[in-house]
Amino acid sequence: MTTPLLHRVAETDRRPVRFTLDGQPAEGLEGDTVMTAMLTNGARLRTAEFGHGPRAGFCVMGACQDCWVRTEDGTRLRGCSTFLTEGMRLLSGEGAP
Amino acid sequence: MTEPLRPVIVGAGPAGVRAAERLVAAGLRPVVIDEAARWGGQIYRQPPEGFRRPKSALYGFEAGKAGALHAAMAAILPDVDYRPRALVWNVEAGALDVLRDGRTGVVSYSHLILATGATDRVLPFPGWTTPGVFTLGGAQVALKFQGCTVGRRVAFLGTGPLLYLVAYQYAKAGAEVAAVLDTATTLDQARAAPGLLRDPTTFAKGLWYVGWLRAHGVPLRTGVRPVRVEGGERVAALVWRRGAREERTGCDAVAFGLGLRSETQLADLAGCRFRFEAMDRAWLPERDAAGRTSVPGVYVAGDGAGISGADAAELAGERAALALLEDAGLPADPARAAAIEARLAAVARFRQALARAFPFPVDWAEGIADDTPVCRCEEVTAGTLRAAVADGSAREMNRLKALTRVGMGRCQGRMCAAAAAELLAQALGTGPEAVGRLRSQPPVKPLPVAAGVSHDEAAE
Repeated sequence: MTTPLLHRVAETDRRPVRFTLDGQPAEGLEGDTVMTAMLTNGARLRTAEFGHGPRAGFCVMGACQDCWVRTEDGTRLRGCSTFLTEGMRLLSGEGAP
Repeated sequence: MTEPLRPVIVGAGPAGVRAAERLVAAGLRPVVIDEAARWGGQIYRQPPEGFRRPKSALYGFEAGKAGALHAAMAAILPDVDYRPRALVWNVEAGALDVLRDGRTGVVSYSHLILATGATDRVLPFPGWTTPGVFTLGGAQVALKFQGCTVGRRVAFLGTGPLLYLVAYQYAKAGAEVAAVLDTATTLDQARAAPGLLRDPTTFAKGLWYVGWLRAHGVPLRTGVRPVRVEGGERVAALVWRRGAREERTGCDAVAFGLGLRSETQLADLAGCRFRFEAMDRAWLPERDAAGRTSVPGVYVAGDGAGISGADAAELAGERAALALLEDAGLPADPARAAAIEARLAAVARFRQALARAFPFPVDWAEGIADDTPVCRCEEVTAGTLRAAVADGSAREMNRLKALTRVGMGRCQGRMCAAAAAELLAQALGTGPEAVGRLRSQPPVKPLPVAAGVSHDEAAE
């Protein structure tokens, strides 16, 4: 398994929230943003459209727009400011061309 | 009969909250629109409901101020039309376009206080889009707002008070601080010391963080320039140099920032006149000591009007509200207004010393390699920008944008405009004040394609 990018150092006794990441079951915590949930389970949020590399957010305060994430139904979410909800089906672009 | 006053405040950080408090005290019911889910702004950002760390753990020395600001807003909530999780994406002739819960509506105003805050100022370097490179403010938000560190072993790069503060907070949270790499020199800091002593408390706090880091064996280096991030898919190391000598710091994350950059798009769309401020090295809305802009009824306060920190933002927010009352012919408090202006003038002198201690690295632009992306959104490279200048066609920022798309991506130039201006100025052999500024375009942030238009919220 990929070593996650973010590491929890506090506030870990929150209720678990289940979601899927690239089709695989994953778990976050209540109060996590989509970004936190994905980056404590992996190391990327998306693939850059204009380049080829992975992206994983940058400003974490809604300014840089680096953290947009796609869901399986094609919805786009801003990862740093959207809270994780039960059953979200999130895509990181891992393995995609 | 005159129209009733309908003051609207954008932003619920230190400036916005204190502005609202003052208007409520005068018997008005301001609308407060904020992008975050809870009030506090970035510096005093509150974690989501259900998080348990005490304010002392979240805000350190500033816990008292954070608590007071949070309490101030809580106390006036019944008297404020508070709209959290709402994005103001346009300003036009007395009305704001606001996106909330996936719908966009119109909020009209008689008076507008813009307290839009700031984000980290950044410049590009090779590998800066690699996962694991975050802004300093972003690294702090991850910790404060989500209880996460952005890596286990983090290198801190850039300059400004936040560099040492966030490194300290990370070390206290259990992360390993691989190094603190300041672009300023020890000479810059020594020269600024007399001016910094104008605010001995703040100066002492800064020295305390530095001393703590040094005592805990954290390598502190000054006069640094980044060379590249290694790792490709994620950060493996930061290579940097002092003069010609290169060093490599192994790390799994980089937190990076060169001071702060004001969020000014809404003031631009409101029609405010801008001027180049040498200290901020940025174009900022023209304002008087009270925060009045060139547009009657539109005020700016806090870091969104020019970087001056949270304490000054609280004062400026209150001052702008007093100006609004005065301009609307309501009883204001001239003695309080004068006292605030005197304190803000003192802060401005301290701020000049800070700018000397942590100067903008003016030589950075010339060192950016041609293949380095300047624009993170569309990966427009430094070489593309230089070619547009060499063609002889780009002499000014909006022309450069039209030719290369720099500043046209999703972030609307927030992350690249400073670098693009520096590159353009450097290529033309002039300064950033001579190349103009990007005109703001609505929407100032991306809207969901499906954002429906709701009825006029102001009419309710």
